[in-house]
This record gives sequence, structure tokens and C-alpha cells, in this order.
Amino acid sequence: MTTRNFTRRGVMKSTAVTAGGLALPTIFTGSSAAAFTNEPTGSTVTLGFNVPQTGAYAEEGLDELRAQQLAVEHLNGEGDGGMLNTFSSKVLDGTGIMGKRVEFVTGDTQTKSDVARATAQSMIQKDGAVMINGGSSSGVAIAVQGLCQEAGVIFMAGLTHSNDTTGKDKKRNGFRHFFNGYMSGAALGPVLEQAYGNERRAYHLTADYTWGWTQEESMIAATEALGWETVETVLTPVGAGDFSSYIAPVMNSGADVLILNHYGGDMVNSLTQAVQFGLRDRQVNGNNFEIIVPLYSELMAAGAGEAIKGVYGSMNWNWQLQDEGTAAFTRSFGEKYGFPPSGSAHTCYVQTLLYADAVTRAGSFNPCAVVEALEGFEFDGMGNGPTLYRAEDHQCFKDVLVMKGAENPTTPFDNLEIVEVTPVEQVMYEPDHPMFAGGDLGECNPGE
Amino acid sequence: MDAIILQILNGLDKGSAYALIALGLTLIFGTLGVVNFAHGALFMIGAFCAVTVQRLMQLSHTEIDESRTDFLGNPLQVEVPYLESWFGPELGQALISWSVPLAILLAIPVMMLVGWIMERGLIQHFYKRPHADQILVTFGLAIVLQEIIRQFYGANPIPTPAPDALRGSVDFGVWLGFGPGVIFYPVWRFVYFLFSLLIIGGVFAFLQFTTFGMVVRAGMADRETVGLLGIDIDKRFTLMFGIAAAVAGLAGVMYTPILSPNYHMGMDFLVLSFVVVVVGGMGSLPGAVLSGFLLGIVQSFASMNEVKAILPGIDQIIIYLVAIIILLTRPRGLLGRRGVMEE
Repeated sequence: MTTRNFTRRGVMKSTAVTAGGLALPTIFTGSSAAAFTNEPTGSTVTLGFNVPQTGAYAEEGLDELRAQQLAVEHLNGEGDGGMLNTFSSKVLDGTGIMGKRVEFVTGDTQTKSDVARATAQSMIQKDGAVMINGGSSSGVAIAVQGLCQEAGVIFMAGLTHSNDTTGKDKKRNGFRHFFNGYMSGAALGPVLEQAYGNERRAYHLTADYTWGWTQEESMIAATEALGWETVETVLTPVGAGDFSSYIAPVMNSGADVLILNHYGGDMVNSLTQAVQFGLRDRQVNGNNFEIIVPLYSELMAAGAGEAIKGVYGSMNWNWQLQDEGTAAFTRSFGEKYGFPPSGSAHTCYVQTLLYADAVTRAGSFNPCAVVEALEGFEFDGMGNGPTLYRAEDHQCFKDVLVMKGAENPTTPFDNLEIVEVTPVEQVMYEPDHPMFAGGDLGECNPGE
Repeated sequence: MDAIILQILNGLDKGSAYALIALGLTLIFGTLGVVNFAHGALFMIGAFCAVTVQRLMQLSHTEIDESRTDFLGNPLQVEVPYLESWFGPELGQALISWSVPLAILLAIPVMMLVGWIMERGLIQHFYKRPHADQILVTFGLAIVLQEIIRQFYGANPIPTPAPDALRGSVDFGVWLGFGPGVIFYPVWRFVYFLFSLLIIGGVFAFLQFTTFGMVVRAGMADRETVGLLGIDIDKRFTLMFGIAAAVAGLAGVMYTPILSPNYHMGMDFLVLSFVVVVVGGMGSLPGAVLSGFLLGIVQSFASMNEVKAILPGIDQIIIYLVAIIILLTRPRGLLGRRGVMEE
């Protein structure tokens, strides 16, 4: 006997589900008449915020998310408007993006490339995100940038500092507001020369992944240009925890400077342990032994406690800047959350506004129109002075901050102090600079 | 020569942490037969006992400093610890700087309680289940525990410095006849090494020289016979779980000046500690300690530039390589006994 499971209700349900599924936005396979991936057709537009919400960089990711939510509020005309009031472009009027109310979905990258790609893909495929923004790692940024290029959406990178993001791995659909390793080296060089002279011997401990490699290369170039000698470069595993085995050989290497090309928890541990080993109390070659941390983050600097006092590093942006844009964003963020924003929060906020502005100026959400609007775009009022989104590599060029661990911080938020605002001219480089060679933006991909 | 001595010191230091965690793991496995994948989480909770004590000692009241402003331009609110108000800034800060050693006093009862709750509340229900089930449930428990800690303390590392008097480094080379400035080593790492020897010695003495320890050892050798003598061995084993948890917790407390506590630090140690236990021999307490120190030293030497120049990346795999070699030549581990996990 054959059992028939068909019922009228069941068939209707199945049909509805199938029709709904076909109507869902898809990537890689075109199934609608849309001109580009996830073209917003209703009264809203969805942005995808892909940040680490768990894992070692969760606090940084959550700070990015706070800033992204703030940006959405400002775009939708809520709150005090923040940097919309200081942004040199005036096309954003608080009515969303091109009249569409901005909504957002979030993904948890866990700072893992495969997870970040999966969450980005889910936001594009299932939630209809038209732009992906955020992240706290260059490895993740490069992976997600590649995915967005394939999917035909815009990627507005968050915290990614590897030269490769806008070098050998650059993509036409990807844009980076954050600075990079080369810029850190170029900004730090003159300050280090003034502070420590021209006859130094440097020892590098470097995180063994794309960011560490390019940061080390950049710092070697910058310091050797000063006349410093590179004694040794040592790669360390990410998340090593105890760096004592790597720090001990520094002591009798003849080096008088230790450059820690580490970020996040690795930076906290390697710096703290280097100080515990008494490196900064030593005299080598007639010089005081010094430590340099090329890339600083406020959140991680707090983890290092007193170990960062007097240690030089660099940042993309800091809330202590005195310009109008910084003041507006810091006030907005501080009043909402009770503490000042981090550098990673700032870059995500700015990227979100820049995307919205580019769409509005282009008059379209089409990624290729947005690319055209962003390439070569010059703006001001976002906290770093006059800024250029260079067309050749989609890298933002703006002033860079040289920082130092504060000797006497008065609050938990001012453990770093600004030593110098390095003008953009000093950190510029040619698009075909050898450290950025080997990549090709390729063609813009609108998807669908 | 100085480089070799430095790496031996580093190895002993790393080995101290491995040995303490592995000792606790082996105690639990030897007594209860449970493969406890939540043991790394106990190390982490111990570390956060230190953070808690530090925060308690830093409890503050707010004073308004009208002469300065905060990031929003409002008068600056300055947090002044009560200890500073009561004893003056210098003595107050000096007292606060001793929060890590003082945390031992909190960690012992807290960790024993946590261990007791874990054992009675969850793990006892898995004694008769396969080891795979035990691993899954304890691994899940570890994730739950670390997420609870993350909710309360955040994801960032929290600085927990050593006491002022024990910070910095000593010129150890001078004691060995080297010239001044050749071998500097952090004071706190010496403290950690000596502390671990004290704890390891204490555990062995407890098992060796007390009636309670004798019963536990008898129970580890033949649980049924001890039970037939009318001794409630389960109760003693539960207490041993608490002691093992306390050992892991104390290892975590004292490690905080070396590694700023973060909620996932236990996971970083867990896998390595299991390798240590397996290399030492399942169920063997002396094996766990010996293997901990041995692997710590081997790992340190593998990190030397001279070694990595010949074998790039060896520092990241050396522990597993040594484990493979030892298990191939001595399948029961260094001091493993016949019959343990060999059904």
C-alpha cells in the first residue's frame, strides 16, 4: 500500500517556502533582475558589521560595533549627528542613505578568517547586506575583502594594518581608511632618530602572520634609513603567551633596541615580560635599552599597565586630538557610552559614513558607482585632517600619530599621549612601492 | 653558556606551570578516572581570583578635581583607593601591590569550592560513562566557565603586576661566577619556580605522610578493596578533586604577573598539559611533574635562534614531536604504569 503524504495545506506551504527561498537575495548565482548584488528595493538598506564579538579581540570588536551603531543613528537623523556636522561633504542629511532608513546586521568574526568569511557570506546572502565593515585583524580583512570582491559588495575595512591589505591583496571592491605598517615606520622614523640617535642596533620580535611580516619589513626600512643596524629578526607564534624564550636571547645579542611587532594580547605579554626581564634598566653600547611598539591600540595598551610608560608607537587616530571632527565624535560616543572611543571604533565609524556619503554622491548603491565615488575622494573633518582615498590602491592618506606611553596618566583613558602628528606628506608612498607590489585592484564587481 | 643557562631557567619556569596543571589533572584522573578537560579553566579561574583581590584592594571613592577636566570637558573624577585614604598614598599603593600573593588566601577556599561543585554537580554523573563523554562534557564546562568570566571581566588582558619588592630582575649570572649584566632574570619567575616546588612537595607529602593520603593512594591502587574495608573512598576522592582544583588555581594566581589574565588563558594551557600528562604516564604523579619540567625545558631550547636557524618552526611543534618519540619508545609514557587506560 502506498501512503500519500500530500495535502492541500502542505503543498501550499511548500510552494510558499520555495517561492520565498527563490526570492531571497543570492550571491554567486543570479536569480533576479537586479542590476547588482542586494540592490535595496524597499524603504531600508542593510549594512553588515562583521566584528569580533568573542575571542581575544572581543573588546575591540565590541567598541567597533558601538561606533557602527552610532554611525547608523547619525545617518538616520538620531542623536547629535557626530561627525556629520564636521564632515566636509554635506550630502548626508540624516534621512538614511538616499532616503532609505539604515538597518544593520552583525557577524562575529572571532578573529578567524574562515569564520569571518562565513559570517560575511551569511550577511550578504541571507540578510541582504550591501556593504561589509569592521574587523580587527589583517588576516581576516584580507579574507573578507576577497569574499566581498567575489560577492559583488563593498568592503570598508576596519582595523587592518598590514601593507598587503592595500598592497598585494588589494581589491577593487575593498577600501581601507586605517593606516598601514609602512606609514607607522615612516612616522616613527624621525621621532626615533630624535629620541635615540642614529647609532642603534635593533632586535625584532615579530608575529608570524601577514601583519607582522609587513610591519617588520616597514620598521627595518625606516630604522635602517636612520643608520640603525638590524641585529636579528625572530618570528614568534601568534598567541605564544610566554615570550621569555624569545626575550632571553635579546639580552646578549648586542642590541640596544627591541622592536615588538606584536599586536593585541601578544603585545601585552611580550612588552610586559620584556620589562620584567629588566631590558629597560640595561645599558648596552653606552645607550639605555629601549623598546618600541610600532602599532598601539588604547584597549590593549591598558592591558600592559605600567609597562608602556615611555614606549613609542603609532596610531591611526586618538580621541585626544584637538580638531573639530574628533571632538564631535568623542562627545557623541562618550555621552552615549561613558568612555572615549578607541582608534578601531573611529575607523569603523568613519568608514560607515564614507560609504553612505559615496552612495549618496553616486546616486546609487551599485558597488561600481560607489567605487567610482570613493576613488580619489578628498575629504576633511573626520579627525585626521585633509584625507585622500587614493584611486590606485584604495588606501586613505592622512596624518599619522606618533604616541608614547604616558608617564603619569590621570584616568584609565589617557595612558597614551600624542608625541607628534606626522603630516600626510611624510607617510605618502608611490602606488608601485616595492612593499606594496604584486597586487592588482582588478575590475569592480557589482555581482548578480 | 649564558644563553643555555637562560633557556634552562625559562624551561624550569614554563615547566613549573605545566607541572602544576598536569599534577592536578593526574590527581583527578588517578583518583576518579575522569579525563577533565575543564582543568585549564580552573587555572584561569585561579588567575581571576588574583584579579578579584586586586579589584577589592583597589576599591575607591570618587573625588572631584575641579582643576582638571575629563574627555568630555567635565570636572575630572579621580578614583582614590580606600587603602590610600586610610594609610597614605605610598603605603596604600604598596599594600595594593601585594594583591597577587594575598589572592592565594582567597583562591584556596574558592577553588576547592569550585572543584567540589564541579565534581558533585556534574562530573560524578559521568564516572561510568566512556572517556569520550567525559571529555565532551568537561570541555563544554570549560567553555561555559570562560564565558562566565568574560561576562564579568571582559575579553582584554588585565594587568596584575607582582609586588613592588619582587618586580624587576636580578643579576643571576654573578651568583654563578659570570660577569655582571650577563644573566638577568625576573625575580618573580624565581618566586614562581620556588612556589611550584613548594606546592608539588606539599601534595606529595600530603599523599605520602598523612593517613588521608595513604587511603587515597590505596584507593587509587584498588578502589574496590578500600571500599570493602568500610572506607567511604568517594568522599575522599571528591576532596581530592577539590585539592586538584586548588593546585590548578594556585598555579593560575601566581602566574598572573607573568601572563596578564584573560578569559581564554586556560585553553592555551590545556592541550599542552594533556600532552604533559600523557608523556609523563597516565595516572603517574611523579611522571606528570617530571614531564612538565622536561617539556618546558625542551620547548625553551627549541626557541633558541641557533636551533630555529637549522629547524625553522621547530619551537611550535617540539612538544608534540617529543611526545611522539616518547610514546613510540615508551607507550605508557615516562613513568606510566601497566593497566592504566589499557582496557
